[in-house]
Order: sequence, then structure tokens, then C-alpha cells
Amino acid sequence: MSEQVTGAQSLIRALESAGAENVFGIPGGAILPAYDPLFDSTRIRHILVRHEQGAGHAAQGYAAATGKVGVCMATSGPGATNLVTPLADAHMDSVPLVAITGQVASGAIGTDAFQEADIRGITMPVTKHNFLVTDPAEIPRTVAEAFHIASTGRPGPVLVDVSKDALQARTTFEWPTELQLPGYRPVTRPHAKQVREAAKLILESRRPVLYVGGGVIRAGAAKELRVLAEMTGIPVVTTLMARGAFPDSHPQHLGMPGMHGTVAAVAGLQRSDLIISLGARFDDRVTGNLDSFAPNAKVVHADIDPAEIGKNRHADVPIVGDCREVIADLVVALQGESDAGNSGDYEAWVQFLAGVKQKYPLGYDQPTDGSLAPQYVIERLGRIAGPEAVYVAGVGQHQMWATHFVGYEHPNTWINSGGLGTMGFSVPAAMGAKVGRPDATVWSIDGDGCFQMTNQELATCAMEGIPIKVAVINNDALGMVRQWQTLFYNERYSNTDLQRVQAAGATATRRIPDFVKLADAYGCVGLSCDSPGEVDATITKAMEIDDVPVVVDFRVHRDAMVWPMVAAGTSNDDIKFARDMAPEFDEDDL
Amino acid sequence: MSKHTLSVLVENKPGVLARIAGLFSRRGFNIDSLAVGPTEHPEVSRMTIVVNVEESPLEQVTKQLNKLVEVIKIVELDGQASVARELLLVKVKADATTRGQVLETVQLFRAKVVDVAPEAVTIEVTGNAEKLEAFMRVLEPFGVRELVQSGMVAIGRGGRSITDRTLRPVPVPAPPAVG
Repeated sequence: MSEQVTGAQSLIRALESAGAENVFGIPGGAILPAYDPLFDSTRIRHILVRHEQGAGHAAQGYAAATGKVGVCMATSGPGATNLVTPLADAHMDSVPLVAITGQVASGAIGTDAFQEADIRGITMPVTKHNFLVTDPAEIPRTVAEAFHIASTGRPGPVLVDVSKDALQARTTFEWPTELQLPGYRPVTRPHAKQVREAAKLILESRRPVLYVGGGVIRAGAAKELRVLAEMTGIPVVTTLMARGAFPDSHPQHLGMPGMHGTVAAVAGLQRSDLIISLGARFDDRVTGNLDSFAPNAKVVHADIDPAEIGKNRHADVPIVGDCREVIADLVVALQGESDAGNSGDYEAWVQFLAGVKQKYPLGYDQPTDGSLAPQYVIERLGRIAGPEAVYVAGVGQHQMWATHFVGYEHPNTWINSGGLGTMGFSVPAAMGAKVGRPDATVWSIDGDGCFQMTNQELATCAMEGIPIKVAVINNDALGMVRQWQTLFYNERYSNTDLQRVQAAGATATRRIPDFVKLADAYGCVGLSCDSPGEVDATITKAMEIDDVPVVVDFRVHRDAMVWPMVAAGTSNDDIKFARDMAPEFDEDDL
Repeated sequence: MSKHTLSVLVENKPGVLARIAGLFSRRGFNIDSLAVGPTEHPEVSRMTIVVNVEESPLEQVTKQLNKLVEVIKIVELDGQASVARELLLVKVKADATTRGQVLETVQLFRAKVVDVAPEAVTIEVTGNAEKLEAFMRVLEPFGVRELVQSGMVAIGRGGRSITDRTLRPVPVPAPPAVG
């Protein structure tokens, strides 16, 4: 079955065999041999990006939107180091990714050769696993292992570094039928005894909460989650990584917990007597001060990664397994109990939280000067583009408003950089999402700071026919940092103003850059909007354009802040729903 | 804090030591001692790692180590149910007046002289940490010129092996070739 090929041909054949359909990348010296057979591949579309960071985030967006493994490719040295941020991002958010990098010839490794970087060493802490291949015969097996490791267990990024001489050498191609990974055996089947224990705690509890994390999205367990939630009536919170895992419109949904969570979600966790954690990891942005987090709650912690269980918070019932299987087994166990006449009594708790939710809904103030509220823009975008669209955010205020005000009904329609918090994620990730789901409307919701980090990929979108839509929530500032300066640094706005002319100490008379002209320069349609009355018409106009990318510059009020907020390091009990406004709970209702 | 001895079986591949060392430093765990060497299986290396941590961080260390793809198995060796040894080479000042006393100490500890020079002897000694400490306390007054010590290696007592069962290859089906 094996035939004589070059290492480069073997690599492309291996990527085809692994099912790669889209590869985001940029060629360069060391990876150049691979680009020759790639040119002839009829099964792989290569998308030439403008920066390797864009390739990595695009592969992430592709993976997050489709559930498939995203693939990116770069050359040695700077090409490879430019992938480090997306790899770290994918590692934090458990995104299945395979990165292929060229390496200098094996004889030159370690000599500080031109464009040499020890990318395997550099990426060890930010990948699930990585390989250096110098023997061309090992290329197919290594690619097969990389896809297997990236997509199974807790998904994550895998880097395959291939030396140039291995790409150039003659070898044989043979796709392996089995892999030898003696140290890699992820557990996906939950232990039946642990599931029974969890069911017991669920029935005993009076104030349970389903704490849903990104694992539910990655496991494709949204349907199972809904069955579990509806059969038990237990209130649900979805973390930043899990938005869309449970419909926002569902009456049991309390919203997102954490630093910028809803009052109901934060209070729900804080006052619960049982947290049923499904694919979540008790991140510091969710728990706030860990010692005072949910002080009276027992914890059922289900995760596919055993190292997450008990890492931050003790688990009374640990369950190692794939979320879909865990939830399905919990449903069976609880159904059995229910048939035997045992079910939980959460009525008072549900009523209490419904009251909190009604009393402290998400909201915002309309600016009195007629300028545009950023939250309003995002809210209207969510209504007009609807829950079938895919929304991809950057990092900062706009990300928090996008998580709150769009309204998600389906998994994989909300894509963002949660763990690493990578500004500049949105445009390239939206590009990848659109490649993965060409029939869906894909909106990048970005900030003006973020947008200036990676907007070069608009050129890629325009050239490759990837018509994404970008809503720049433009407040002329690094808004989230500015918000912290407002709240914690006496309004001393050190280096957060993106439109201040340093020499004159004044504000620029024209915007630098002009995003509408920038969009035009990139072959996109540029629109702008600065008043509430134009918002719907502008969004509608952007929705009507489907042949080229669209950039809308929404010039919003710069002092808008993200609320609710739990200040960093403080207790979730100290949540404010607006500046200096703490919620009051009628504990007697409990 | 208490000391724990972990036997870690790893695939004998380049970079494994860097992965493990990197993990310890990244997660803020301190290694007291580390020894690496081959096993009876050429494709498997064995590390003996001594860490000084509480129970719950130890669980994190073990879980994080287990996540490394090339780590095959981790066993914590109980001090009572295992044999632990370190090797120490020490160069001690010994001239005509003190050599006799030094050699007597060597005898007492069942150590071995491996090199002799007019003004010094080099001694090899193996044993557990307590024995080596005691040995050094006695030798120090003579004047230690140079010292090198291995990490601890340890093995469980009894007839069972931690390497035989787990190392039977369990092949994973490769993803089928698409198209």
C-alpha cells in the first residue's frame, strides 16, 4: 500500500487523511516544501492569512463553530512564535487545534540557524502535546496522533514541528491503523457509583444550581443538559465559555455567573446548597474570592479532565467523564429515582431566584446626550441577526455586553477568548467560523482596541470570499481598562485613550484610523453609525450585504460601564449591579 | 509539609524530562530530588521524584503529571513498603595523620574508597538519606573538598512489579483515513 513520496507529500496526504479541509497559514523558508504539494491538493483549501496569529485564531474559530479540529500552518522561527498566542488561547479554552510548523534542517537545529526557534520547547506549557519530527517516515503516524490527541479527552492544541530535511527527503506514505499512546487514555465513561452519589445529593438538596461550563459545549451535550434541567427544574447558570449551551430565553436560566455575571446567577451560586458543576473549572473570574465562594454548597464536579476536579474547590462527589455521558447517566439515575417516587423539592429556591431575576434584570442607562449606548447596539444586533447567527467577540467591555445582550439559544453560536483573554481574537476567529459555517451569518463584535490588533485579516476575508460582518463598538478607548481606572484609579486615564493627540494634549479632530476608510481600503464595505435612530437601519443594511465583508463603526458613548460587577479579589457577596448599588435580598423567602 | 516519593514511568523519548521539569516549575511545585534512568523495558524510563508537599497539592502534582501524554504511570512509594537509596561520592582531606581515622569511618558505614591521592581520598557510599547524612556528619570534621550526590531511587518491596502490567501495549484505533 505504501508508495514513494517526499516528506512534504506525506504531510499533505496525512492532513487529507486526517480530514483536514481548511488550513489557515502563511508559507516561509522551512515550511516551503510542504506548500508545493499543498498547491495541488484538491481536498484541502489553504487560506492565506496576513499574520500567523490570524491563522491560529481562525483555526480556533473554525473549530469552535464546527466542533472539528482546526488546522493552521506556519514556517519556523517567527512564523512559529506568532502562533504561540493562539496556541495558549486554545489551551486555556480547550479548542481542538493542530498547528503544523516548519523547522530548520535537523542538522542545523541548535545552531541558532536563520529563522530557528525551539518552538517545541516554547510551546510545551501552552499545548496539550507537541512533536518534533525529523524522520520523514514518522510524519503520517505523528499527524494521526496529533489529530487524535487534539480531538479526544479534553480537547486542546497540538503542535507538529517538522524539519525541512524531513519534508524534502524521500519516504513512504502509509496511514496508520492503530496508535501507540501508552500514557494517553482519557476516561469518558463516568463511574456509575459516582453518578448514583451525585443523584443522591441532588435529591437531598434544597438549593441546587447547575453550573454549566464550556465542557458542555465541547462535548455537544446541550440537548442532554436541557433534559436534565427540565426534568429536575434546577436553575441553570452558564459561564462565559458555555453561553448558548442552554437557551437564554429559558425561564430556568439565571444567566452568566462571575465577575460580570447577573445578580441572579451570582446570588444563585452564592446561596446554593449544591453546585452541580458540568464541564466548568471554578475559574477565579467565576468564584471571586475563593474562601467566601458559595460557603454552604456541596459540590458535584463532573469534568473530563481529572486535574480540574478539586483544583480550586473541594468536590464532594467527583465524576470523571465526558459531559454528554455524565449528564445522560444522571438523567437515567434521576429518572429511576423519580419512578420510585423520589424527587427533589426546590420550589422555594426556584421562587426566590425568580424573584431575584425579576428584581435585578440586566440593564443599562441610555446616555442623556443622545449618543449611542454600546449595550443598545449589541442588543439590537442580537435581535436583528437572531439566534441562528454566530457571534464572535474580542476581549473587554464589548465582550461582556455581547455575552449579556445578544441572547443565545444554541451551542457554538457564541465564540470568544475566555481563559487567556486575547485582545484581537475576534476578526480572525470570525473568519474561521465563517469558513466552517459558510451559510451562517457571522458577526464579529469587536472593540476599537481589539480591532486594531488583528484587522489585517479583513484583507484575507476580502480576497478569499469570506464575508464576515464586524461591529466595532468604538468608544475611542481601551474601555475595560478605562472602566477600572474610573473605579479604582481615581479616573486617572493613563494610556487608555486611543484618540488623544499626545503633542497637543487634545482629542484628534479626525479619527485615527478612520475605520470606514480602512474597511474600504481592505475591499470591505464600511458603514458608520453614531445615533440610536440609525442603529436598526445600519444593521439591516449590513445584513443585506453578503458578497463582501462589512465593517460597521458604531461610535458609542465612552463612559458606558459593564455592570453587574464583583471587584477583583473581593467576595461574590459584594456584587454591585450598578456603581455603588448593591442588591438587597429578601432572605426570608428562602 | 511532608516528603513523598513518586515513581513515574515515562516513554523514553526526547524532551520528556523537560516536560516534567517544566510542569513542576510552572505549577510552583518544588522537587527535592529527581533521578532518571532506563528500566527493563527499553522504551520506558523511570523517574523517581521526591517532592515536599501537603496531601492535596500532591494530588494536583500527580494529576497534572498524569496529563502529560508521555507519562505512562505514577505510583507513590510508601517509605515502609519500599527500599530507597542514594549514591554519594565525596572527596575528603586525608593525609598521613588522619587517613587512618577516615578509613575507619568508611569501614563503619560500609562505604568504599574509590580513589586515593597523597592529600585526599574519594569515597563512595550508598544508602538512604538518613545514613548518608550520618556519614557526612562524621566525615565533615576531616574537611570535605568536593561532594556529588545522586537523586534518590526507590523500588517497592515484595514480588510485584509496577512495570509489568501497565506496559502491555494498548493500541488505539487511528482515526480512519478520510475519503
